[in-house]
Amino acid sequence: MSDDNKETTGRSGPGEDGRRERVIGTPSPAREKALLAEDDISAPAGVGEQLDEASMKRAERIVATFFLIAFAASVGFIAYFIGWSGRDGGMHGVTRTRESNFWLGGLMALSFLALAIGVTIWVRRLMTSKPIVQERHEMAADEETKAAFTEDFLEGAQDSGITKRPLLRRTLLLAAAPLGLAPLVLLRDLGPLPEKRLRHTYWAEAVEKAKSEGKKGVRLVVDGTNKPLKVSDFASPGSMITVLPEGIEEEVPEDQVLTQNAKAVTILLNIPADQFKPAKGRENWHINGIVAYSKVCTHVGCPAALYEQTTHHILCPCHQSTFDATEAAKVIFGPAARPLPQLPLAVEDGYIVATSDYHEPVGPSFWERG
Amino acid sequence: MSEATAPKAVEAPLTFLDDRLGSTTFFKRNMKKVFPDHWSFMLGEIALYSFIILLLTGTFLTLWFKPSMMEVVYDGSYTKLQGVKMSEAYASTLHISFDVRGGLLMRQIHHWSAILFMASILAHMLRVFFTGAYRKPRELNWLIGIGMFTLGMLEGLFGYSLPDDLLSGTGLRITQGVAESIPVVGTYIYMFLFGGEFPGQDIVPRLYMLHILLIPGLLLGMVTAHMMIMWVQKHTAMPVKNQTEQKVYGYPFYPVFMAKTGAYFLFVFGICALFGAFVQINPIWLFGPYDPGAISSGSQPDWYMGVLEGALRIMPNWEVSAWGHTVSFNVLIPALVPLGIVFGGAAAWPFIEQWVTGDKRHHHVNTRPRNAPVRTATGIAAVTFYGLLWLAGANDVLADKFHVSLFATTWFFRVTFFVGPFLAFVITKRICLGLQRKDADVIGHGVESGVIMMSPDGRFSERHENARDEEKVVILSKENTRPEAPARDAAGIPAPGTKGPIGHLRSRLNRAWTFDDIPVEEHEHEHGEQAEIEGGATSHEVKH
Repeated sequence: MSDDNKETTGRSGPGEDGRRERVIGTPSPAREKALLAEDDISAPAGVGEQLDEASMKRAERIVATFFLIAFAASVGFIAYFIGWSGRDGGMHGVTRTRESNFWLGGLMALSFLALAIGVTIWVRRLMTSKPIVQERHEMAADEETKAAFTEDFLEGAQDSGITKRPLLRRTLLLAAAPLGLAPLVLLRDLGPLPEKRLRHTYWAEAVEKAKSEGKKGVRLVVDGTNKPLKVSDFASPGSMITVLPEGIEEEVPEDQVLTQNAKAVTILLNIPADQFKPAKGRENWHINGIVAYSKVCTHVGCPAALYEQTTHHILCPCHQSTFDATEAAKVIFGPAARPLPQLPLAVEDGYIVATSDYHEPVGPSFWERG
Repeated sequence: MSEATAPKAVEAPLTFLDDRLGSTTFFKRNMKKVFPDHWSFMLGEIALYSFIILLLTGTFLTLWFKPSMMEVVYDGSYTKLQGVKMSEAYASTLHISFDVRGGLLMRQIHHWSAILFMASILAHMLRVFFTGAYRKPRELNWLIGIGMFTLGMLEGLFGYSLPDDLLSGTGLRITQGVAESIPVVGTYIYMFLFGGEFPGQDIVPRLYMLHILLIPGLLLGMVTAHMMIMWVQKHTAMPVKNQTEQKVYGYPFYPVFMAKTGAYFLFVFGICALFGAFVQINPIWLFGPYDPGAISSGSQPDWYMGVLEGALRIMPNWEVSAWGHTVSFNVLIPALVPLGIVFGGAAAWPFIEQWVTGDKRHHHVNTRPRNAPVRTATGIAAVTFYGLLWLAGANDVLADKFHVSLFATTWFFRVTFFVGPFLAFVITKRICLGLQRKDADVIGHGVESGVIMMSPDGRFSERHENARDEEKVVILSKENTRPEAPARDAAGIPAPGTKGPIGHLRSRLNRAWTFDDIPVEEHEHEHGEQAEIEGGATSHEVKH
């Protein structure tokens, strides 16, 4: 606590004679004497009133040195910027960025810090200062003012007639109410209504298109390469790959590709057939353990992208919801409440195809989901 | 004084202003305004100065940033991403980082000062809470402060979402999932916020407007109000010598405080620049552009969002589907309840305390935390609550670093979430009361002098001496609680205000607040015992 005292006591005047200061530990009698002599505690801000000219001169030189360093650093900043950072046609690339970041930032920091240290030493060693005392005032107005205000207020209300004419008052309020609502109405075009758009994904359109061409379903393409996937390409058990419906890159308008991707993104896993336990009614949704689940976590929508090969757990790295890939992606840990939706698969001409859209909405739950 | 004339360069503009605004009266009155001194009073200043740094560096960044989600093919100087499709927002952030000189520095200073801004607000709020500086008449500033921290969270979230990199897109995805979970209107909020389905093309421009115009505007207004209220009410003071409820003791604004605070601004800017230069933050070029199907492990938000992240992680998977509707308690509860408790509780606290203690007086001198054990214990419980959720937001990192099972960390936080705050409350309260007891001891018996005395009959004892005056003032700043009048007087008539269930609750709470208070007071007749202990000690040593 004694530090706190020092901070605020300032020049509190000498302690009364004969009083011993409290000390920590067991001081020798000699030290106790020395403490008695300490009648002033140095002020935190400013040196008080009595300044020793020699030490002030020294302090002045120190402060000036720091100011000069700050000056030099600022000049260096400008000089580096003009003279060096732009050489060979500008910064361009990682190495030069790093270099220029170090120089510009380092000089900037040096300049600010030197200035800050200089001013601090100035305050502590050179500024004449005395703690002062000021009154705190009552916040509230006195009774007289309050009464006068009330009188004026009532008189004004009287003069305006608002108290006398309730019809005016009420119609005014009525007129104001819809004005408050108008801005909300204006916000209507921020976005479309939800309608049914959360209930299907691009898989639906893609499957429909494929079926209209007389095919069994739409091919799965690998995210990134956009190549259709053959069963034989995905033969090794324990692997996981991210797939999308064929045509999502080419046929969706460019500004909607990401949005469609965000719903349609799917993981394809190859579970060893002996460990795979298909859910009821989904016995023919997989191809010998090759199974597809939505990659969008049913918790808040992060990609459930981590796959543990030995346990066949799918883990969402955001909030650690864990799904069992061998059992219809049921939740085995974490905050997700529902299994990842499963995509029905089949084989056509050696290619893996999806035969329909997900049978339930993908991604996080919502009120209308049911 | 009156003959002194200021230099013409100062005098002329002052006269110009004074003739038109009467400003000299204001300057005269405020130039020597007293600021009490304590290191912890500077925490709020850090927040103020980092806000200024945010405005400066943020303005710089807007000159090049393009808030657009139009897809472009990158063709800048960061070779590893050349030819990659990305949004204009991400491409322009790369441009700022690699092709604008000083751009990366400004980005990094901006991000570091945002982190510092939030951290210093929190530290400042804790100081205000634990010293009771929020009490009447300062409740308004307390509420404004909570408002600023909440807005700061949004501002930060929106800010780091702008570059549209993989990490920030993941944050937006979570935001979307949370918005979607709101009952009845969730899907509408989602559609209206994103202008359609996630991610769409609208969210970055919209967040940009909120981030650079609306929220900073609100914050600026609140900062101004906060400062003006502080100026009008005068700063609180620590309970030390020379400080009283009626008078404030400290150093004048001009020149000492002004110079100190100016230097402080430079320190804050200097430290931010140092970090911006040498400590990498948010290297978006390593994360890559946003792709809704991709994610990296160990994704962590900025620290101030960690508490929400932690709540989402440890929540059990409760979801209810009935009558064709779904309510996701697994998302709703963590998104609303923990922060609701912390911020709602903090906002209500000054008024609850007034109600419980019945103390409606003005307070300008702070309380030492130990002298308000229930308040301090509640504060530490809240810190524990927040801190555990915050740590839970990094449970994957903790599991990885400490080689424990991920599920074990989750369960650890699920349990400590309930037990931790309770334990913290009990332990803190005991510590406070112990410290009160020690204070009572110091006042009653003095402090150990380290001098061993031998009495004539050969007994040894250590001499106790009166505490230093400064220390005594601090210790005696404690206001001993007086027991309230009993709820029923001798005739069995209930006291007003204790009737009904509410009155009853108030009496109970009031009792809980005060019942174990240790009185700390000076007794004139303590010498007898002291003298006896010291045997034949010279009694003038211990006179008052």
